[in-house]
Amino acid sequence: MSLFVEQICQLLGSGSNPFQHLEKSAVLQEARIFNETPINPRRCLHILTKIIYLLNQGEHFGTMEATEAFFAMTRLFQSNDQTLRRMCYLTIKEMANISEDVIIVTSSLTKDMTGKEDVYRGPAIRALCRITDTTMLQAIERYMKQAIVDKVPSVSSSALVSSLHMVKMSYDVVKRWVNEAQEAASSDNIMVQYHALGLLYHLRKNDRLAVSKMLNKFTKSGLKSPFAYCMLIRIASKLLEETEAGHDSPLFDFIESCLRNKHEMVVYEAASAIVHMPNCTARELAPAVSVLQLFCSSPKAALRYAAVRTLNKVAMKHPSAVTACNLDLENLITDSNRSIATLAITTLLKTGSESSVDRLMKQISSFVSEISDEFKVVVVQAISALCQKYPRKHSVMMNFLSNMLRDDGGFEYKRAIVDCIISIIEENPESKETGLAHLCEFIEDCEHTVLATKILHLLGKEGPRTPSPSKYIRFIFNRVVLESEAVRAAAVSALAKFGAQNDDLLPSVLVLMQRCMMDSDDEVRDRATFYMNVLQQKQKALNAAYIFNGLSVSVPGLEKSLHQYTLEPTEKPFDMKSVPLANTPITEQKTEFAPVATSKLPEKPGPTRQDIYQEQLAAIPEFQGLGSLFKTSEAVQLTEAETEYVVRCVKHTFARHMVFQFDCTNTLNDQLLQKVMVQMEPSEAYEVLHYVPAANLPYSQPGSCYSLVRLPEDDPTAVSCTFSCTLKYLVKDCDPNTGEPDDDGYDDEYVLEDLEVTVADHIQKVLKPNFAAAWDEVGDDFEKEETFALASVRTLDEAVGNIISFLGMQPCERSDKVPENKNSHILFLAGVFRGGHDVLVRSRLALADGVTMQVTVRSSDETVVDIILASVG
Amino acid sequence: MTAQTCPRQHQRTTMEIASLEPSLYTVKAVFILDNDGNRLLSKYYDKELYPSMKEQKNFEKNVFNKTHKADNEIAFVEGMTIVYKCSIDLFFYVVGSSQENELMLMAVLNCLFESLGQILRKNVERRCLLDNLDGVFLVVDEIIDGGVILESDPQQVIQKVNYRLDGSEQAYGFDLFDYIVGNIDGQTDRSQCA
Repeated sequence: MSLFVEQICQLLGSGSNPFQHLEKSAVLQEARIFNETPINPRRCLHILTKIIYLLNQGEHFGTMEATEAFFAMTRLFQSNDQTLRRMCYLTIKEMANISEDVIIVTSSLTKDMTGKEDVYRGPAIRALCRITDTTMLQAIERYMKQAIVDKVPSVSSSALVSSLHMVKMSYDVVKRWVNEAQEAASSDNIMVQYHALGLLYHLRKNDRLAVSKMLNKFTKSGLKSPFAYCMLIRIASKLLEETEAGHDSPLFDFIESCLRNKHEMVVYEAASAIVHMPNCTARELAPAVSVLQLFCSSPKAALRYAAVRTLNKVAMKHPSAVTACNLDLENLITDSNRSIATLAITTLLKTGSESSVDRLMKQISSFVSEISDEFKVVVVQAISALCQKYPRKHSVMMNFLSNMLRDDGGFEYKRAIVDCIISIIEENPESKETGLAHLCEFIEDCEHTVLATKILHLLGKEGPRTPSPSKYIRFIFNRVVLESEAVRAAAVSALAKFGAQNDDLLPSVLVLMQRCMMDSDDEVRDRATFYMNVLQQKQKALNAAYIFNGLSVSVPGLEKSLHQYTLEPTEKPFDMKSVPLANTPITEQKTEFAPVATSKLPEKPGPTRQDIYQEQLAAIPEFQGLGSLFKTSEAVQLTEAETEYVVRCVKHTFARHMVFQFDCTNTLNDQLLQKVMVQMEPSEAYEVLHYVPAANLPYSQPGSCYSLVRLPEDDPTAVSCTFSCTLKYLVKDCDPNTGEPDDDGYDDEYVLEDLEVTVADHIQKVLKPNFAAAWDEVGDDFEKEETFALASVRTLDEAVGNIISFLGMQPCERSDKVPENKNSHILFLAGVFRGGHDVLVRSRLALADGVTMQVTVRSSDETVVDIILASVG
Repeated sequence: MTAQTCPRQHQRTTMEIASLEPSLYTVKAVFILDNDGNRLLSKYYDKELYPSMKEQKNFEKNVFNKTHKADNEIAFVEGMTIVYKCSIDLFFYVVGSSQENELMLMAVLNCLFESLGQILRKNVERRCLLDNLDGVFLVVDEIIDGGVILESDPQQVIQKVNYRLDGSEQAYGFDLFDYIVGNIDGQTDRSQCA
């Protein structure tokens, strides 16, 4: 009896959830009444609802019990209760992947989809397609085709959408329904029109011509559905982007005309499409910006959000185009939706003047704690951009950032702040100490290992060179005591750098190091022992090589070389110089500012370009025994852009040889080229040893041929050479339509532009994080110095750029950036010469009429020094 | 076909730069939560987005925490655009990608809300919704099919679902009776089995 009372209470209790305490087993037990005759639709309906509810809550159904319930459910098709039947369809869809033999309901569903009851037909089609595979689809193909052109909109829409879902699995079958879809596209019903357009595009999207025709047709005839318009705008802008058509194209006109559509949805889609187009001029943007401006004062939050988010994007590239909206954006600063307010402020930060920065920053700090992490990241990025624009404002920003750093927030947010502070430190030397102090405070309580290690690394690099390095020691050593293994190890490395740089700190660092040698973790102990021993030697060269400037080899290359070494046991010790060097990563462009989806891509470095080439070359028998690949140059074009044959050359430098890789493309569709090679005539004592031709070069398929050249051994200073190049090949004419070549061919040749080998091809860039230490390490045994006058150069920036690109060396200590309004500058360059000799260049530049340059070169090999100076002169 | 088989990562990175790939798959997910953030109904249409139940529920928790305090209509959580509405003790959410047209998502949300308003005779609150959960499932099914907007006009949705309101006074009593009798049956069944 008490059970009754409980149940009644449960039913009547206003706050309770009748589904809350459902037991799967009890529900399945109840499902047995599906087998009772006559069917009680009401109770069955209730039980089906419970089953779907349980599935929706994530309740796991075993295959057996699901199949049993499913089969019992099939009996309910005997009832004619409409809602019950509809719930059956839903159950079928929900259980399609859990139960076995769901195809048993195929005939019932086919009957419903072709029957007289319109209410059943659409949902039945959708349920049927959910359980159908490619082979079965062919059996119902006839019905599907009929359904697509059915005059009842819900039937037609259901068939079209289901077809779209089926494209993934059975493209070839669905492709045959294009004509039906075409017919449906001219339907009066707006949803049918939309679905037909979507399916048609999906079937044709790889055929640009067909897409273009389709666009043409629909943009002319006009559509009723705003959804279809949005779809058309997206298709049009994609096509514009792909064909790189100018903005005088009719497609652009179409998108622009949509700015005057009566539906806000379409207007916004069009404005957003225009904003996202690459290379839009301010004039083309203006109409889009002005509709967005109108949306800024809409009563609908979603529309305001959409508008300000899009304006934010415009502001990144065209801040001036958005200035007109500044007043509207100001009004949004106080918007109750904080996302909108944040976007408005960050947009204003991009468009506003330097004077408004302080005010905006104050405003944003009043509610920064209320917004979500995603938007906090947006704020930080805006600040970062601002710092680059107005370097003088860095103290305001730094204050703000340090406050943000103290607040709660996720990893992405903290990382954005840390990155921003680091970039400020790098840009503004005077902000270094405050920045480092904030970061030190941050790592005192930082749960993110990645950030802690990053900051420790930075402290190790910058800390020893500040006026009072000792104050950082405490922060670093605290980490050794308190943190996880990875952080402790990083802290030990940072400590070592202080010891190596500052003699007066060395004794204390050694004491701390001694303590680290007791650590419980292997890596930490190893590092401490290693640094301890290096530091005790008190030799500058050792410090530079093993503490400041670590290994500069490519890690996959090292792995491969070591593996090779273990395979062939020799008496010789392993030669570090045989390992290919790591390419210095090109500094990443900071481009993303919008609230983009936080990418969860793993940040694992893939093989570099050079590693890939190394693999490819090693596969060619002629190139075996050349040793490891030392350097691969950027590709050089040897033809004009729009010629019959396009040839570009990549130069691969080895210890004593060079391999020239010619990537050729045949742009003539009536020719097949065979035995393609590039004949090279050197101007100096370079000797062409071998040609590896490309066997076939069909139309538009790139192919590569190679030449192997020996570098002159008797004259090591001959580092530059000019090659005159001729492309030689056998032509076979072929039918442009079928591509079938003739049997006979004839020899022909094609003159290419000359190819230059310069000193830069012999030097690999290497970044020395501490240039001064490296300078001392190499020593002045082979130091030479010369002074040059660069008469044709007008600015220091230009001179720096020229020297770097000429020598192909890595600028260190950010010396590639010339401070403004300075008349002199020192450029530090580092590299490794072919054969493994370190080479360092210090170049003092002074600006008078032209630029005077004093070059000092140091290297571990005298010839290298001579080569560099000779080539500069 | 190549576009579909291409790995997801590639798609992601290109999506961030280029505009959205033209597609009918507009809605990534839709869910209805009660005022404690518990899931009453939820559908995820993109299998790659939160594939496990745990990730889904975490996402819902996160969304709920960021939205339940203020009725702001639109939010941006975990890289997704979310439009939402609350009614008494219910929260309705429609989720789309960050590149999606927010107004399209709003159209879906409005259609869902108005359709339910009609089916539940304006009593859009938890109790009434749960009493007519079958109708709610059917409404969602008529508005979105596998992420594609199937219908955006509430009148059309109502017509297609053709649902009789349950839980009116008379039906309520009947239901109660039915429920109890049903359970007696269940019990006797079980005792017979034993």
